[in-house]
Amino acid sequence: MSEAKPQPKTFAFNGENLARARKIIAKYPAGRQASAVVPLLDLAQRQSGNWLSQTAMDYVAAMLDMPPVRVYEVASFYTMFNMEPVGENLVQVCTTTPCWLRGADGIARACKEKLGIDIGETTPDGKFTLRECECLGACVNAPVVQINDDYYEDLTPEGIGEILDKLKEGKKPKAGSRADSRISGAQDGSTSLKEKNK
Amino acid sequence: MLADKDHIFTNLHGVESWNLGAARRRGVWDNTAGIIQKGQAWIIGEVKNSGLRGRGGAGFPTGMKWSFMPKDLSVPHYLLINADESEPGTCKDRDILRYDPHRLLEGVLIAAFAVGAHTAYIYIRGEFYNEALRVQQAIDEAYAYGLLGKNAANSGWDCDVYLDRGAGAYSCGEETALMESLEGKKGQPRNKPPFPAGAGLYACPTTINNVETIALVPEILRRGAGWFAGFGRPKNSGTKLFCISGHVNKPCNVEEAMSLPMKELIEKYAGGVRGGWDNLLAVIPGGSSTPVLPKEICDMALMDFDALREAGSSLGTAGVIVMDKSTDIIYAIARLSKFYKHESCGQCTPCREGVAWLARMMMRMVEGRATTGEIDTMLDVTKQIEGRTICAFGDGAVWPVQGLIRHFRPQMVERIERYRKQAKFA
Repeated sequence: MSEAKPQPKTFAFNGENLARARKIIAKYPAGRQASAVVPLLDLAQRQSGNWLSQTAMDYVAAMLDMPPVRVYEVASFYTMFNMEPVGENLVQVCTTTPCWLRGADGIARACKEKLGIDIGETTPDGKFTLRECECLGACVNAPVVQINDDYYEDLTPEGIGEILDKLKEGKKPKAGSRADSRISGAQDGSTSLKEKNK
Repeated sequence: MLADKDHIFTNLHGVESWNLGAARRRGVWDNTAGIIQKGQAWIIGEVKNSGLRGRGGAGFPTGMKWSFMPKDLSVPHYLLINADESEPGTCKDRDILRYDPHRLLEGVLIAAFAVGAHTAYIYIRGEFYNEALRVQQAIDEAYAYGLLGKNAANSGWDCDVYLDRGAGAYSCGEETALMESLEGKKGQPRNKPPFPAGAGLYACPTTINNVETIALVPEILRRGAGWFAGFGRPKNSGTKLFCISGHVNKPCNVEEAMSLPMKELIEKYAGGVRGGWDNLLAVIPGGSSTPVLPKEICDMALMDFDALREAGSSLGTAGVIVMDKSTDIIYAIARLSKFYKHESCGQCTPCREGVAWLARMMMRMVEGRATTGEIDTMLDVTKQIEGRTICAFGDGAVWPVQGLIRHFRPQMVERIERYRKQAKFA
């Protein structure tokens, strides 16, 4: 919220998001519209190219009849809200212990080399921001990287390199496990429910 | 080995479709109305008799929790489903959410009826974006087929179910922090009392349960409390989802009977420890908050609430993190301290300041840039944090360090001595 950041002059939900916002507010009892603040900030962030300006937060505050400071407080508390612009692809490498045990350091290194930036930096073309993140909750498919909304799992340094190459070309790589399984029931075939899944 | 017929989560690995048709073929939504028509008292009684203990980490008896809800329905009652799965090492609820969401939704309806709630919110961690889309699809499908909403599943009970996405905060997995978050605030835990059954969401009576707990309920009621209670040792009954990660040949999620030996769990389902059982260094048995156990204890440990407590750890979420002899155990734990430093909600000074201090200290221990006396200082600080915070996460943040010092002090001392020697010759 510092002065230095380029704040858009105005912000308003587009028609589609306005309808979504109304539907979200209706999920909560009358007078409890503040409950909608997290999902509305998420909508605002998606509409703004993956970051939250003060202008957008003020708009959400007005819509929910909340003091703006309460909205800033929420926005700054939750890690998924980006308080400044990020690259088109937000690459978040999980390095918490379960991923670390399966080689997360190598994944982080491969990302740095491939993108030519360090953790916390954005490429000059604005295409990638690289971050280290905490446990993504997909530990049996470690190591895991989240890129925008998608998880990429069971990664190798080469695998993440290919994924980043595709994104550089503007293509969307297939999300999910890179190992030969759509499942978390062991990488090469289930070890339980064998009869059922024959 | 748990027979296929005794599995509740028969689509745990997503081999079949998640959708309503496939779920029905798996027995989900089978005569739900019949179960509900047996009445609240019968349902709560069966859940009590089944011995089901909460699968979110604390292991509180589910039936008892439900019985705390006031019978006066003149104020709204709420049911909350905790799908904020964020404990490192844990990824079981994710597979229920994405592969078998109807099993959860059927449980939601039954539980909502049992606690007198007409409204339920499923609070899912924000990072689970695709999983949230899937659950929403399932909710929409359930509404379209009359399984939720007015007279849900022809049970005579009205039940609305809404999905709510978080936005990245481990602390929201704590039940009252989750309520704060749902109310549109920072996810910081509340003081208890009042307990949620008295004053929870919007200060109304609220029950909050983990995804796995609720998804187990319909099948327990269909097959009978006695069937479920037949698995595992007394007071530790049922089947359980285990997440086996780290240095194993085949990391996986698996459903097994409670109380099976840890060694059997790892060898039978996860392809064994990398390099064999003798290459095992240690296991964190129940998610990152539970103290690490060295191999000698793992050799004999049973996977249930009481056995792991007696072994000086906890079943927690049953997120089993396996570490072989190549592991720098000091770093493995230090990285968890860094996690807790990042995730402390900042409300209580002992946790906010103490855990950050521990994390910095632990990073020095990784290098060995410390004195052996500082190991005791660190232990002392963990005792100053433990039990002195509003929620249990303060305890959870220090237990990993306590476990390390309890079982791996010689390695820490050795690291310090090695650093000193190198410093002398530098």
